[in-house]
Amino acid sequence: MRKFLIAALTALAGSTALADEFTEADLERWAAQFESVAQEGRNLWTSPELGTNGVACAQCHPNAANTHPETYPKFQKQLGRVAQMWEMINWCIRNPLEGEDLAPGDPRMTALLAYIAKERRGVPLEPGKH
Amino acid sequence: MRMNRRGFLRQTGAVAAAGVLPVSMVRLAFGQEGQDFTFAYISDSHIQHIRGNEFVRNWDQGLKRAVAEANLLEPKPDFVVFGGDLAQLGTKAELDHGAEMLSALRYPLYAVMGEHDYYLDLGEYWSELFGDHYYSFDHKGVHFVVLNSVLTYDEWTYHRWETPERRMLEMAGLDNPNGSPFMVGERQREWLRRDLARIPRTTPIVVLSHSPLQKIYKGWNFWTEDAEEVQAILAPFEKVTVLYGHVHQIQYNQIGSISFHSVMATAWPWPYPETYAHSGAYVPVMTVPMNRADPFNERDATGWQFIDVHTGRVAAHYTLYDNKNRTVAYNAATGRPEDTEYQNPARRIPPQAHY
Ligand code: HEC
Repeated sequence: MRKFLIAALTALAGSTALADEFTEADLERWAAQFESVAQEGRNLWTSPELGTNGVACAQCHPNAANTHPETYPKFQKQLGRVAQMWEMINWCIRNPLEGEDLAPGDPRMTALLAYIAKERRGVPLEPGKH
Repeated sequence: MRMNRRGFLRQTGAVAAAGVLPVSMVRLAFGQEGQDFTFAYISDSHIQHIRGNEFVRNWDQGLKRAVAEANLLEPKPDFVVFGGDLAQLGTKAELDHGAEMLSALRYPLYAVMGEHDYYLDLGEYWSELFGDHYYSFDHKGVHFVVLNSVLTYDEWTYHRWETPERRMLEMAGLDNPNGSPFMVGERQREWLRRDLARIPRTTPIVVLSHSPLQKIYKGWNFWTEDAEEVQAILAPFEKVTVLYGHVHQIQYNQIGSISFHSVMATAWPWPYPETYAHSGAYVPVMTVPMNRADPFNERDATGWQFIDVHTGRVAAHYTLYDNKNRTVAYNAATGRPEDTEYQNPARRIPPQAHY
């Protein structure tokens, strides 16, 4: 908290711009940041790196189809509770890929989530739908 | 072609799983013309080498189970077709391991080339195991044609990639934009024209190919670039059936006199193309989809089929591991293949809704 305050004060002192006055260049940069993380996700999607048996997500989920990000969180009958998508990602890493769980905040998990969301862009949210 | 001529090692281990298998699955329509028969159809096993003598267990299990179950069929099928993609990356290790599992089949085997078998060495080692890439044969009054439908443009095959391994990897990714559309090609179409020239128009024709011979979704190569040209060669015949693999899901269609049926994979199921939000693709409207797969059950939505040929028309019986079996049969009244249980929209069940 304290660190944050200091950072904020320094930023204010250094510039007269208000925090929400972002520019076209900012928007482009942020979009490019997203694209590059989604691209990392795509690279992971098609590589055997997440598992131990050479199998890749793309083998069963071309273009991330059948991942239904718009339905999460939702009840997973096999887990017996409402789950988040990263839990199902880990399920597929552990089983078809015979790999080990990623932490929910692992940058590779973020990259996978970004790629899945990108392929599913435009589909309305339907939380809870099986 | 017929593997029993090729003297494989007989392997007995593969039938060990036999304890749990259904044995009386056949609903036969014998008694009409003395020409009815059945054959089994196994496809898309994607045997995948890890290292040394390790292979992906999941895919091995799918193929072993199909072989064991087909061996228990009663009445016995006349032969078995393997519909292509025996291997994942076309290596000798994968093809040998797959062929060894197939050698446990107690019936003659006819093999179809898949892209995963082909693009490493352009089918050379596959040929040593299974014979010609395309051929025809006659069985009980039906003329069978086996095509290698996974060829593509020469530039892509011969000039684009620095190594055969790279070429194989680029073709192996279903959704890979660097891939290239499948085709039968002019040379094989000419062979097909000549092969069919001597066949009476009333003879039932069954074509076995790996890719659909109809255009469904180019982005995943659920597609054959010269499908219309091939269909035009088949069109003059009164009863034509195309059986194809590759798509890892139930599809069926009727175009003119040609009935189309896909077969399931033993390895894993695929989503329907229209579930990819940006595909713009459709599957033939008469298809009642397979059930959505339960990923907690690794054999769900995989399986094999036995094909029942009755007066030259085909009924495909889908033997679905851990799921209710399905039958898609030619309906003479409507002139197209239909699901015998679910075709009426009122009969559909929630797991058949894909999105
Ligand atoms: C052997 C095939 C296979 C592989 C490989 C595989 N999955 Fe899956 N996965 C499935 C199937 C089948 C489903 C169920 C789809 C459905 O619900 O219709 C599924 C479900 C999912 C779901 C939940 C979808 C939903 O509707 O709730 C996610 C997320 C997922 N997979 C991500 C991944 C990721 C990430 C990888 C790679 C690490 C991967 N999968 C690898 C077969 C596979």
